[in-house]
Amino acid sequence: MRVDRKIDLAEPAASPTPPARLYANRVKVYPARVRGTFRTAKYAFLVFALAVYYILPWLRWPRGEGAPDQLILLDFAGRRFYLGPIEIWPQEIYLVTGLLILSAIGLFLVSSLFGRVWCGYACPQTVWTDLFMWIERRIEGDRNARMKLDQGARDAAYWRKKVAKHAIWLLIAFLTGGSFVLYVQDAPTAVRDIFTGEAGAWTYTFVGLLTFTTYTLAGWAREQVCTYMCPWPRFQAAMLDEQSLIVTYRAWRGEPRGKHKQGEPWEGRGDCIDCRQCVHVCPTGIDIRDGQQLECIGCGLCIDACNAVMDKIGRPRGLIALDTLANTQACERAVANTPPGPARIPVAEAAHQRMKIIRPRTMIYAGVLSLVGAAMLLAVATRSVTELSVLRDRAPVYVVLSDGAVRNAYTLKIVNKTHEARVFTLHLDGLAGATLAAIGAEDVAGPTIPLAARPDGVESHRVYVTAPAGAALPESTTVTFRLVDASGREATRTESVFLAPRR
Amino acid sequence: MPTKIEKDALTGKLTTGHEWDGIKELNTPLPKWWLYLLYATVIWSAVWALLFPSFPGLTGHFGGVLGWTKREDIAQEMRRVAEARAPMFERIRSTDLEDIRRDPVLLQFARAGARQAFADNCAPCHGSGGEGRPGGFPALVDDDWIWGGTLEEIAFTIRHGIRNGVDDEARQSQMPAYAQTLSRREIEDVAEYVLSFSGRSTNAEAAKRGETTYAENCVACHGERGEGVRAVGGPALNDAIWLYGGTKEQIVAQIANPRMGVMPPWQGRLDEAIIRMLAVYVHTLGGGE
Repeated sequence: MRVDRKIDLAEPAASPTPPARLYANRVKVYPARVRGTFRTAKYAFLVFALAVYYILPWLRWPRGEGAPDQLILLDFAGRRFYLGPIEIWPQEIYLVTGLLILSAIGLFLVSSLFGRVWCGYACPQTVWTDLFMWIERRIEGDRNARMKLDQGARDAAYWRKKVAKHAIWLLIAFLTGGSFVLYVQDAPTAVRDIFTGEAGAWTYTFVGLLTFTTYTLAGWAREQVCTYMCPWPRFQAAMLDEQSLIVTYRAWRGEPRGKHKQGEPWEGRGDCIDCRQCVHVCPTGIDIRDGQQLECIGCGLCIDACNAVMDKIGRPRGLIALDTLANTQACERAVANTPPGPARIPVAEAAHQRMKIIRPRTMIYAGVLSLVGAAMLLAVATRSVTELSVLRDRAPVYVVLSDGAVRNAYTLKIVNKTHEARVFTLHLDGLAGATLAAIGAEDVAGPTIPLAARPDGVESHRVYVTAPAGAALPESTTVTFRLVDASGREATRTESVFLAPRR
Repeated sequence: MPTKIEKDALTGKLTTGHEWDGIKELNTPLPKWWLYLLYATVIWSAVWALLFPSFPGLTGHFGGVLGWTKREDIAQEMRRVAEARAPMFERIRSTDLEDIRRDPVLLQFARAGARQAFADNCAPCHGSGGEGRPGGFPALVDDDWIWGGTLEEIAFTIRHGIRNGVDDEARQSQMPAYAQTLSRREIEDVAEYVLSFSGRSTNAEAAKRGETTYAENCVACHGERGEGVRAVGGPALNDAIWLYGGTKEQIVAQIANPRMGVMPPWQGRLDEAIIRMLAVYVHTLGGGE
């Protein structure tokens, strides 16, 4: 996606060069402090995201006796996901799948509109790296101070600053890992157990793992996670097109760049004074003036830096801006015959192309998003608290009794999602005169039988259905099992078949 | 091998010198720590292979310096399982069979455990669901019992077996081969008479002739009207269930040269708790009395 690079075909293609190395030392990035709209937005989202992450497990949601009262609880041990008023059972995991699909399509839609806002603002790697950089800046100072510190003497001040920084990093990393495990167990209990040494081995493993990854990835690896490890930068290009907003250096306005002394005219040159502020503030250490590139996370901090410089030198803002590729190219075409200088700006403004928000790509993403959203809403709204599954015996498919009557056996599983024990009456439709009997309660055999269902669980009953002797039965009869609750209302029904020997 | 490292005109980067059919590779160096991670994993795998069982040999395998093996883990796990089960097994052993059937917890435990034991030991003859097999392997799911279908009777049959010549208390019964004492016609007449118990005789005259022969030879074990005599293991002949088939030819064949099944005693081979669980399981297959 390097669209702005000058192609110099005159350069000799095969000049003799020294053998290149396949591995290189990492060039450490020292991002400088910056102020501006994008910086404020990035901090605002950082505070919001971290607040959600750390506070969410502590919010309560009363569910009554015997059920956890945590708002968000992914109870793997108990095989339940509690999401506020919704309780997800293992067989309803498609709801979670639906949530993930919604997130993915939402990400596609946002990317096609605003480019890599996920990478620049919402990705945990960005959020924690930003937080760690903020701490680093508070302790070691801004870019120049940090570079001096790293190159300077290893004196007491050096070690004091480094130890303080890493200690705070580790503390935050530990809090991150500690909060992670609160989502899968009761938060207050878990915190007490963790500090009293009574938590399970898995809890400590995950706390340790997340502490380690947070500290390493946000403290040490940083932009290398995005550049070398993350697959998302590789295939997100499929979501972007010439109408997506990307962080753009307007080369038609900036070039030819060069140092500028106060009072010199701006005619015949570009607005870029080559101050390298955009490079110094970049958290991934790239030069946006090289054009769109894989390493760019679209955070827009270079826009803030450049705008500040433009204000200072009295040129209009927006040398670096969020812009579409279509508009950039339109401006380049428009100013082709205008010499570099302030005269180019009105020409480009006249040729300005508004970003097209409604286009096939965004419409398809939005369409799929609303379809999946509607399907999810429907699934949640029509979710039943009672389910009945019927497993018919296959060995044997039927039993002929000594008086010639035919009997089939079924395993009935009653799912009771309420938190009360319930007793249902089992009815069977479709087989006249049939007798029902459940194992363990043979005494109450009859045309209908009571079946118990334990609270918040699955109760399994083995039920024998016997057709009366002498009944003329087809090989297969469709029957319907119906569960009627204590108030006489039908709770659920399930179809099955009753098989008999060929006559 | 790298042939010619050159500078790419479009990007200004160097190539690695590799070339495949005109396709060249840009050199985008990875950070060095990435390479060191590779070395670390190589060393890790070598150390791992030395410590733990790894290389195969012709007659066995290299067991590793630590002598680590998973077998002891499994043995320990099995001991833990047995320990965890012990209290329930004790309850099964000391509880009356009828009470096991009435207690939902014991019933569920017995059925769950016996399902596995049944599949391991009983299914080859009686079928995976207790449906029996053609040719004299009785179904356990129906309500027709040769030796009795109460819990205690079923448990007794499982403990001692049938006609096995091993267990002194095994169920014993012997049907003579009537081909040696009765004529072909007499046997066919008896078969017609037997069919008449369940109203399936097609020859009333023959059935009438067979009545006398039946009274002289069969009543003692099969009862006046074919209702069967459990005490001696004489199967009922008046119902819809036939161990060796219910057509006239099959009945004639069984009278002439009877086949009789054998069941081994399970006492001593299976734990008493397992036998009791099996008795409850078979009882709940649908035909328990």
